[in-house]
Formats: sequence, C-alpha cells, structure tokens
Amino acid sequence: MSVPEDLQYTKSHEWVRTEGDTATIGITDHAQEELGDVVFVELPDEGDTFDAGESFGTVESVKAVSDLYAPVGGEVVEVNSALEDAPEKINEDPYGEGWIVKLRTSGEADLLSAEEYEKVVEEEL
Amino acid sequence: MAELRRTPLYDEHKDLGARLVDFAGYEMPVQYSGIKAEHEAVRTHAGLFDVSHMGEAVFRGPDAEAAVQRLVTRDVSRLDVGQAGYSVVCYEDGGTVDDVIVYRREDDFLIVVNASNREKDLAHFRENTEDLDVEVDDESDDWALLALQGPEAGQLLQGATDAELSDIKPFRFVEGEVAGAGALISRTGYTGEDGFELYVRPDDAPRIWRTLIEAGAVPAGLGARDTLRLEAGLCLYGNELDPETTPLEAGIGFAVHLDKEQEFIGQAALKDEKENGLRKKLVGFEMEGRGIARHDHEVTVDDETVGHVTSGTKSPTLDRAIGLALVDPGVEDRFEVVIRSNSVPAKTVPIPFYKRDRG
Repeated sequence: MSVPEDLQYTKSHEWVRTEGDTATIGITDHAQEELGDVVFVELPDEGDTFDAGESFGTVESVKAVSDLYAPVGGEVVEVNSALEDAPEKINEDPYGEGWIVKLRTSGEADLLSAEEYEKVVEEEL
Repeated sequence: MAELRRTPLYDEHKDLGARLVDFAGYEMPVQYSGIKAEHEAVRTHAGLFDVSHMGEAVFRGPDAEAAVQRLVTRDVSRLDVGQAGYSVVCYEDGGTVDDVIVYRREDDFLIVVNASNREKDLAHFRENTEDLDVEVDDESDDWALLALQGPEAGQLLQGATDAELSDIKPFRFVEGEVAGAGALISRTGYTGEDGFELYVRPDDAPRIWRTLIEAGAVPAGLGARDTLRLEAGLCLYGNELDPETTPLEAGIGFAVHLDKEQEFIGQAALKDEKENGLRKKLVGFEMEGRGIARHDHEVTVDDETVGHVTSGTKSPTLDRAIGLALVDPGVEDRFEVVIRSNSVPAKTVPIPFYKRDRG
C-alpha cells in the first residue's frame, strides 16, 4: 500500500494535494484496492460548491458503490473528465492520473498526515 | 454473529490471495486477481469456481419421483437417467421458493439448491411430501462443488479425466473420475459458456482444484460469477426470483410445464396467471444515460413508478451498463432508472445480453 508523504488524507480514504488555495482530491491506493476494478465515476460539475464532509460524487466498482466526501469545503474548478472513459486510471494511478477533482478551497480543513492515515488503515485491517 | 462456514477449498483461496466475503453464511472468495480479469478469463479461456456452498438434497424411495414431481415445475418424468433439468420450486400461489437443478440418477433424484435457501427448501420439501414413501436427505455437507467454465473448459478437464467429455451433452452428466477421485461430472453452469460442474467428496476437492489450476484454469470468484450470469440473462434468487415473483413473470416459463399430468404445487395459480395475463414482466435493459443501475433502483415512466431493477452492472464483455428489471406488463421499450435521485434514461434490449458463439 502506497501512502505518499507529501499528501494529506481523510478517514474516508480521500487524499488531498494542496497548492495555494487549490486542493486536488482523489482516493487512496488502499481505497482503490478495497474497491476493486473501478468501472464508473460520477463527477460533480465545475462551479458546484461543497462543504467539508459533503458527498461530491461516487466511485463504483463492479460490485460496490462508494461515496466521495469533500475533505475541504470549496468550489469545483476542474474535474478529471478523462475518468469518464477510463475509470480504471483510479486503480492504475490513484495519486496521479486517477485524480478526481480540484477545488478552490474556502475555510480550514482537518486533515490527516500520511503517518496518521496509515494508522487509520491499520486499525481497519 | 454466527461463525462463518468454510468450504473444503478455503485454504486454497487463502493461498491464492482471494478476497473473502460472507455469502449465505459462508466465507467465500469474491475475487482473486480482479472481477474483470476473471470474467474475461471465463469468456475466452477457462475459469474455476468454488461453489461448494450450494445445497444438495437427495430424494430416495419408491415415491421419490412422485415427490419431486409435486415439488418442481418441470415434468421430471421426461428426464432420462443421466439427465438434469433447470426447474423452479413454487408456493401454492405461484411465488418462487427457489430455482434448482434436478439430476435424475439411476436410483434417486439429486436436487441442487441455492445456499441461501437450503434450510427453507429442505423444510418445504419435507413438509409437502410427508404422505409419500420418500426419504429426503440434506447431503450439502457431503459434497464439494467446482465449476469449470469457458471455451477451453472441456479440453482442460479432459486432461484430468478418463470420462469421454465430448459424449456428455449439455444438461447431461456421468459418474467418473477426475484426478483419480470419484466425481459426478455434469455439463452445466451459470456463466453462459460451455463448461462442467464437478460434484466431488470434500476430501478430494483440494487435489482436484489444484490439478485444474495447474492445468491452466483461472481461479474465479463470486463477483465474476455474478457479472457472467447477468450477461447470460440467468436469474439469481433474491434478485429476479422471490416469493412475490412467479417463474412466468421472471421469464423462465421454459422451466414450467403447465400441462404436467401429475399436479405440482403452484400449478393452478400459474395456469391462472398465464390465462389472465402476467402481473409484471422481466425485461433486459441498457442504460442510455450515464450511470449504473443496481438492485432495487426504482424504474419510472413519466415520473410514475412502474417497477424496480432486479440486477444491474457494468457489463465487462459489452462495456455497457446493463440490467434486468421487473416492470408493469404495459411498459414498452423506454423508461428511466432512478440512480441516487437522478432519472437516467434506459431502453429495453433482448435477454440474454451475451450469447456465446457456438461456432
């Protein structure tokens, strides 16, 4: 299981890369492994706004549907529309080409470090 | 929670790194390498499934045939020894108790039932045959069941058995040896591909499993089994079939012999439904908008509920979102599926979604 040091995480298995007021969000390597083959991603529209903790979309594998929760509040500035045709990128490259949305953040976020996230996963196993 | 049961192949699944889930009280492999890869292996090569959780009931005694005739919708007097038939067990009102396979053996009948219905079925079988001279035994724990499925299944299995597999026609079976162990070898399956199901003794199961894996069979889990059966348009009890749904409504009238001379439970109700029209019907559909329909999603026409999705998935073979739905009989070729409060358009398509090339 890969947990890059330079990212932040949520208990619901999203990762966040913060650059200025932009947060790029995806699901973790652990999450994609648990889900199995991702076959569908329901993305929000650009301009939609979400509060921290609100569901902004879903990821579906062959067998399961999983909600995506906004790790921070903000407005959607970009969605990874390549996932519409190639949802498997989430399995293949969860921290790179498998990114899901970019938000312009508003307000503070309560996120986990890589080390703290690893503990969350260990407790689940 | 009750302790989960394990099949005789549990250690094999562990060794292969399977992801195990609770299914009908058993700890079963849902996937090994991944559902899509396993699905593909069954469509193009050969996949091996552990379905030992399935239940086996054996009917013995002078009235065994009369008992089975009363319980199932198929006319089993038409089955030869060595022949099997897909059939349905109904309540008096025509609702479904279970869908089963009936094997006619030399001296008895073997009925294979869904794991989740085993206890219910056995009670139903016994309660309804008390007046007959028949013994109904639950032999579920005496059998392991392996399903080898796919275009290369025959070739692969032939390397491990003396039985002449090309002589076994679909829905026929023989008793033979596989990897030196006794087996009932049946040309049946639940994937839409050619293949065989092997009923073997629990102690022999791991050796037979390993022999077939070493010969090139790809281990496949319940996840792929579900996407395969759905593409092939095969019903799953609890999805398409339940006590509120008759086999006629679920589109498996071919397994119901309404003209059977010896009366079966539910016959009058099913005849009546056939004469007066179905209350609902099973349709196949494809999503036209984005989204995957899932079990229990609502089906609407002009915002009015007309039924529900019984099964839905993204078809690995077709790369499209497909599904089955039970809908009002008047529903025509277009409707919407409500996916998380969005109404997404869908159109009906013929069942099965996938039919193998019989070359």
